[in-house]
Amino acid sequence: MEKRFVLRGFGVGALGGLLAFVFARLMTEPVIQNAIDYENGRDAVMDTLRRAAGLAPDPADPDIYSRSIQQSIGIGVGLILFGLAMGGIFAVIYALAYKRYGTAVRPRTLAVLVAGAAFLGLYLVPYLKYPANPPSIGHPDTIGTRGLLYVVMVAISVILLVTAVVTASRLTPRFGAWNATLLSAGGFVVVVAIVMAILPTVGSLHSNIVQFGHFDTETPQPLRNARGVIVYPGFPADTLFKFRLYSILNQLIMWGTIGLAFGPLAERMLAKSPADAKSAALSPTYTS
Amino acid sequence: MDTPSYAPRTRRIPIALPISSGTQWLVGTLLFSALLYYFIGIDQGATSIFGNDMHIHEFVHDARHLLGFPCH
Repeated sequence: MEKRFVLRGFGVGALGGLLAFVFARLMTEPVIQNAIDYENGRDAVMDTLRRAAGLAPDPADPDIYSRSIQQSIGIGVGLILFGLAMGGIFAVIYALAYKRYGTAVRPRTLAVLVAGAAFLGLYLVPYLKYPANPPSIGHPDTIGTRGLLYVVMVAISVILLVTAVVTASRLTPRFGAWNATLLSAGGFVVVVAIVMAILPTVGSLHSNIVQFGHFDTETPQPLRNARGVIVYPGFPADTLFKFRLYSILNQLIMWGTIGLAFGPLAERMLAKSPADAKSAALSPTYTS
Repeated sequence: MDTPSYAPRTRRIPIALPISSGTQWLVGTLLFSALLYYFIGIDQGATSIFGNDMHIHEFVHDARHLLGFPCH
């Protein structure tokens, strides 16, 4: 049964990645291009300022692949493989959750719940502390620390969410499903908020304070010349908003596809499966 | 096609594995998915398996930004 869950998970995951890619190609790539154009313009002005100050210009970023490759096949392969990986992780969680809650919840309902939890734990909660950034936001000096902080935030978020789900089911006999869920959700929110308050903001990393002063983020501020006149604007707010919104929609499309497409597949598989005929006979009749 | 009663049916033969094949599928899938997650999201940024090479990073560059991973 696990194998069949996993293969279906990979399938719906790749489909989710494909749909996310279609969305990204149509909606997000123009925004990413805006951000890259901003960065190129900024680098050109920065070089002029450095030359005026008698310094050598900064070395350019590597251009291994052209933009046209990055914004088509590159992001396509990236999103489909990521969808595949998320489909795999989803199937593993689903298989474990089915063992535990398979008699209490209808298979397609469980699929939506698991996909929602994965979206929340793996992406949305970490995003609230360290949101997605378009190109040109993010200092090369801090990538090591930022990468570590992000992974730590993802790990803590997943661990706390699993703890909250287990707690909710343990509390259910005493408080009932509704109140037990509310209690553990409340606990989850409080502990996550404490973790977020403890973890540093990206802007407060030491090398950022030394180089740029006190800011919450690494979003580029306006460039000023030696007399303090703004010669290049800060990062455009609308581009940043659109990118972050589309990042959320992108993951919603991926996880929504996984949850909604896996549900009917699981129902058909479990209805036909001889291995589960016995447990299906023992389980209560599902009501939609 | 009737199976004679004295012959064990194929699916009932116990397999001597330390863990069940179902568990192996779950563990294998988790490892495979974690590896993909790592290469798409993190490698050649915070840490790098292939040293100072940027091919994977630059190829999936846009996806990495959009999926919320730190970049550059």
